[in-house]
Amino acid sequence: MTTLTSEMQKKKATAAFTPSSGDPRFELLEATLKRHQYRQDALIEVLHAAQKLFGFLEPALLRFVAQQLKLPPSRVYGVATFYHLFTLEPRGRHTCIVCTGTACYVKGANNLLTAVSQVIGVEPGQTTPNGELTLRTVRCLEPCGIAPVAVLDGTVHGHETPETLLEQVKGWLSSGTVGSA
Amino acid sequence: MELSDLLDIVAKEQQSRPPHQVRCCTAAGCLSANSAAVLTRLRDAVRESGLIDRVRVASVGCMRLCCQGPLVQVDPSGELYQQVTPDHAASIVARLNGGTVTAQRGDPNSPFFALQASVILQNSGHIEPERIESYIAAEGYQALYHVLHDLTPQQVIEEITRSGLRGRGGAAYPTGVKWATVAKNPGQRKYVVCNADEGDPGAFMNRSVLESDPHRVLEGMAIAGYAIGSSQGYIYVRGEYPLAVERLQTAIQQARNLGLLGSKVFATPFDFRIDLRTGAGAFVCGEETALMASIMGQRGTPTPRPPYPAERGLWGMPTLLNNVETFANVPAILRRGADWFASIGTEKSKGTKVFCLTGKVVNTGLVEVPLGTPLRRIVEDIGGGAPGGGTIKAVQTGGPSGGCIPAELFDTPVDYGSLARLGSIMGSGGMIVLDQSNNMVDVARFFMEFCMDESCGKCIPCRAGTVQLYRLLTRILEGKAGAEDVQQLEALCDMVKHTSLCGLGQAAPNPTLSTLRYFRHEYEALLKPGSPAQRMGLPLVAAVSGNGASSAKGGEGQ
Repeated sequence: MTTLTSEMQKKKATAAFTPSSGDPRFELLEATLKRHQYRQDALIEVLHAAQKLFGFLEPALLRFVAQQLKLPPSRVYGVATFYHLFTLEPRGRHTCIVCTGTACYVKGANNLLTAVSQVIGVEPGQTTPNGELTLRTVRCLEPCGIAPVAVLDGTVHGHETPETLLEQVKGWLSSGTVGSA
Repeated sequence: MELSDLLDIVAKEQQSRPPHQVRCCTAAGCLSANSAAVLTRLRDAVRESGLIDRVRVASVGCMRLCCQGPLVQVDPSGELYQQVTPDHAASIVARLNGGTVTAQRGDPNSPFFALQASVILQNSGHIEPERIESYIAAEGYQALYHVLHDLTPQQVIEEITRSGLRGRGGAAYPTGVKWATVAKNPGQRKYVVCNADEGDPGAFMNRSVLESDPHRVLEGMAIAGYAIGSSQGYIYVRGEYPLAVERLQTAIQQARNLGLLGSKVFATPFDFRIDLRTGAGAFVCGEETALMASIMGQRGTPTPRPPYPAERGLWGMPTLLNNVETFANVPAILRRGADWFASIGTEKSKGTKVFCLTGKVVNTGLVEVPLGTPLRRIVEDIGGGAPGGGTIKAVQTGGPSGGCIPAELFDTPVDYGSLARLGSIMGSGGMIVLDQSNNMVDVARFFMEFCMDESCGKCIPCRAGTVQLYRLLTRILEGKAGAEDVQQLEALCDMVKHTSLCGLGQAAPNPTLSTLRYFRHEYEALLKPGSPAQRMGLPLVAAVSGNGASSAKGGEGQ
């Protein structure tokens, strides 16, 4: 009986999570689960795959992963919130990451952060209200030889100054509508 | 796969080698400086000038001088080019055809290169990390063959013990002793784990090794697997290293295809499989018990030791945990012998160590030197001193678990014991140079903020203590603190250090304690005017113990 109930719940959750059952991302996630043979110790690998496919880990997605791996939702939520690289909120269309590792710090990463933060009007970790740009920090990406470093939409830029970084971010400002001001 | 097959690959590689080779760095540092475009332009230039039979363009790993990237070097002339832009790349090829070169020349004989050693980084920047044949041509996998056919597991462990190799992750535990312990502990299964969760900000040695020479680490792990009787290995890589993950995946696949990993390695009864686990951004996972929890898909929280992983590790089985650099030393030791390895370095610290030199210094990048090399040679001769006529004030070693060594003490040899006596640690190998513009209280607060953010929250001394220490340091920086705050800072440092559960908390006060020890005047200068210490001109309580710098990440890389 218990099995039946859990089966039904599983179907329900699957249905709730994939309104259009032909969502290719969902099939890719299932492929990842299969590759790991639904092993519970593959949770972090599965969450990596889920975030890569869906952009962020929304509650329904976490519930889905929990059911597939037969893990309590608390465990999945606990792991997803423990690790810095997982995000439970959607990110902006563009991302500006300023490295705050030691080498970047001693070479003025804080100035970069303050400059961008002032111009776009949000604090590190936040997204502009219109969803255009997320500003984040990271603890050392390790190309320390070219510090200070910023990552703009996945591309690493070294030897940054507030001026060069602002110029790059302003490219997004002028093309889109980044910023609240 | 037999030895003859391996030697066939070597011969084929040598025969197909054209007279000239242009090596272009495509490790993460140079890639950030647009080396992918440089590589494409070099290849285009070779094709367009009809030199395909005479010149080969190779995509290689790190060439060490990261601040001058992208770097390109030409064989056999040895000419080095730095800060190569895509527009100048073609001229490097043109020169091989009698043309003039417009790319900026570097000096491969400068002290930065000349004073360095090459054991761990021997292949780095020379071989192509994405081609297993390239590693095999550099005598790769021969040590594994030799071990599987000529030595018993016991003999392998003896060789490693005799070499004097100690863990390169920070804790410096003798590697041979650890292998012997895991080998003799009973267990249905045993595991080999490579700790590649290089979390110290400012340290990227492991990343460079994985991106430049991944097979070396795989070979080292397979040898360890044979020695301790394990058939399953895991590499736990930092999630922030996508390129390293990609190259490791490629390397594992290639090794499996050739029968160098998987079942019946080299047609012997030895099976060894390696799986990757990607971290998700938690510094504490560098601590061995937290790392194992993370491999098993759980939150990365540490557990008290004993039991040590050697006794009860992954899934309760005996587990051998070593750092990337430790494994990278293994093939060289077995190929060239324990005596050769033991002849490098000092009496108690054998071999070489890779450091990441960064911060306020002219040459930033990877530096490999024999252990026991004076700090001054690394910072001033290899590093070239402070840029723009600045004055170097200190070097921070060991990341958030280490300390600051003032310039007066730069004659100290860099080995495990000497740095610990100065209240710092060698750690995994980060070296950040600080100059007169860096306030040491600010530096101490920076590291405390890091530990505060990264504390896993399991034990109270670390979870709450780091927050209070951070607030105290902020008060001092803001000029709101008095002498009593400094006393409280010291008392709290002592408490956090001695009562935290794992290495993260135990070492979190180290940067603060070492700056208090050597740069106390910078703290005093920030105290409220009229506070007792300033009024009387007396030194504050100066009881900083000098013996305690324990390893950062607990047992990482022992």
